[in-house]
Amino acid sequence: MSTETPSSVSTSANSRPAHAAGDSSAGEITTAQVEHLAGLARIRLTPDEVTKLTRELVAIVDNVAKVTEVATPDVPATSHPIPLQNVFREDVVGVTLTQEQALSGAPEHDGSRFRVSAILGEEQ
Amino acid sequence: MDKPALMDYDKAIELFEPVLGFEVHVELNTKTKMFSDAPNFFGGEPNTNVTPVDLGLPGSLPVVNEQAVKYAISLGLALGCSIAPSSRFARKNYFYPDLAKNYQISQFDEPIAFSGSVEVELADGRLFTVPIERAHMEEDAGKLTHVGGATGRIQGAEYSLVDYNRAGIPLVEIVTEIIYGAEGDAPELAKAYVSTIRDIVVALGISDAKMERGNLRCDANISLRPRTAPGEPPAKLGTRTETKNVNSLRSVERAIRYEIQRQAAILANGGTIIQETRHWHEDTGQTSAGRPKSDADDYRYFPEPDLLPVAPSLELIEQLRAALPEAPALRRRRLKADWGFTDLEFQDVVNSGLLNEIVDTTAAGASAQAARKWWTGEIARVANQRGVDASSLVSPIHVSELIALVESGTLTDRLARQVLEGVIEGEGTPDEVVAGRGLAVVSDDGALIAAIDEALASQPDVLAKIRDGKVQAAGAVIGAVMKAMKGQADAARVRELVLERANA
Repeated sequence: MSTETPSSVSTSANSRPAHAAGDSSAGEITTAQVEHLAGLARIRLTPDEVTKLTRELVAIVDNVAKVTEVATPDVPATSHPIPLQNVFREDVVGVTLTQEQALSGAPEHDGSRFRVSAILGEEQ
Repeated sequence: MDKPALMDYDKAIELFEPVLGFEVHVELNTKTKMFSDAPNFFGGEPNTNVTPVDLGLPGSLPVVNEQAVKYAISLGLALGCSIAPSSRFARKNYFYPDLAKNYQISQFDEPIAFSGSVEVELADGRLFTVPIERAHMEEDAGKLTHVGGATGRIQGAEYSLVDYNRAGIPLVEIVTEIIYGAEGDAPELAKAYVSTIRDIVVALGISDAKMERGNLRCDANISLRPRTAPGEPPAKLGTRTETKNVNSLRSVERAIRYEIQRQAAILANGGTIIQETRHWHEDTGQTSAGRPKSDADDYRYFPEPDLLPVAPSLELIEQLRAALPEAPALRRRRLKADWGFTDLEFQDVVNSGLLNEIVDTTAAGASAQAARKWWTGEIARVANQRGVDASSLVSPIHVSELIALVESGTLTDRLARQVLEGVIEGEGTPDEVVAGRGLAVVSDDGALIAAIDEALASQPDVLAKIRDGKVQAAGAVIGAVMKAMKGQADAARVRELVLERANA
């Protein structure tokens, strides 16, 4: 899954799409991958759930892969089903939340900032 | 902090070839954020410049800021990039509370600008072409403050506080291709590159570009590879580190130099470089290990379903291209020639960051040399003393007026410095300060002659000497007259009149 190239100085660490259109890795989904994904998504799965999800994901990916059988190379990958583009907003300031409103849903805050548990790791 | 071994810089360059790459983030100075209409303003009361979009609240929908797209296209064009006929946004997924959504909206496989290059000028005038891989749009993250622990750093923090005012501020990230061939100039090239990017965004007027405020941020990638014998193929690329937290041009240069020396020492001892982010520490002049790069970097990018593709028309692109300002490097060359400055004079102006002030001062009528003299001299001195930007002290128009007063003989240089002080203190225009403080040179010959006659009469020995042709003796009389005039006289004119009266 990793797109890192360890011995490269490449400045765009992840410049290769992880989910490129037409990826024909169907059937290659392993329980290890599912466990890895669950870790990235911070979802704790039981071994039974991993087995079940792996089976289901294989089926889903296999089905999606059928699209590649009918899509010829001149059909661009679709990220949006509706042919719309360039929906913009003018650069004009609108209404903001008050600080009280902004913090109203926070489990913890110090009166002006959100309070979160100590963070291991660092800014991305 | 441990003190890692460093290899002598020249030795390191002899043994290894430095290979570079930069990611520069530019905060755009639009009025509103990238995807929400909250004000683009970081600072002030925390969590007040936020909307539901910036807080990632359920049901909120981001909408792209058209101005930010135009700025990104302009920047892409200024970097010699192609503009994608269609580009889209992507979600970069990670769990970190600097963004409330658990993802950052960025661009991944379809950046708005790609394949460009930038000409960078080194201090000695040599040009180096830095290849640009891409420039893409994304949003800035919120500001975390780590509380508890000894130093307020992440390690040992008990909890963290988050201000989302910065979350969603539009960014363009400029990514270079791998840069070969910088050799021993690598640190200087790094500095010159970031400086060039800063000049470009300032010329475009799309960012405040203050590195110390984080408007412009540089992540510097560097790796070393051993040199091979002539005729041999080059060695494969070494493992890179990515140095963050470099907040000034000087730091960029120092950080690259430091990493070259650190990596060279490790490699020469048979060690291996760990692929990791490293943090630059301005105070110690060192980098320290940060997060190891690993599969935790699996961001699971996918097309942002809440946003539609951006497909700028050719008309828009050409309109923006036509509006591009002169490239900073070309502009500098032109100005140097126009002004007739020596290399040293011009470098002094560039280094002091006062190019635009001098341009504006000459536009207001002053000569370039006089403008240079005032800005890099007295004004820079006062600015330095007060720890502020010279440009914040006085306007180019007032400097031009001041110069005109000196050139017309109304002020001597000494008086002009007092007038400048008055202008800086907010006493008004130079003319108003001259009137207010009564500082104009006494150009009324009648008043001067009266003072001269009085001085000559009280110093008959001097008068006799002058009449004997001992012209140097006039100095005593000139001094007395200047004192009587409180310094507000043109000494040369006084001298003329003294000799005239003495020999009358």
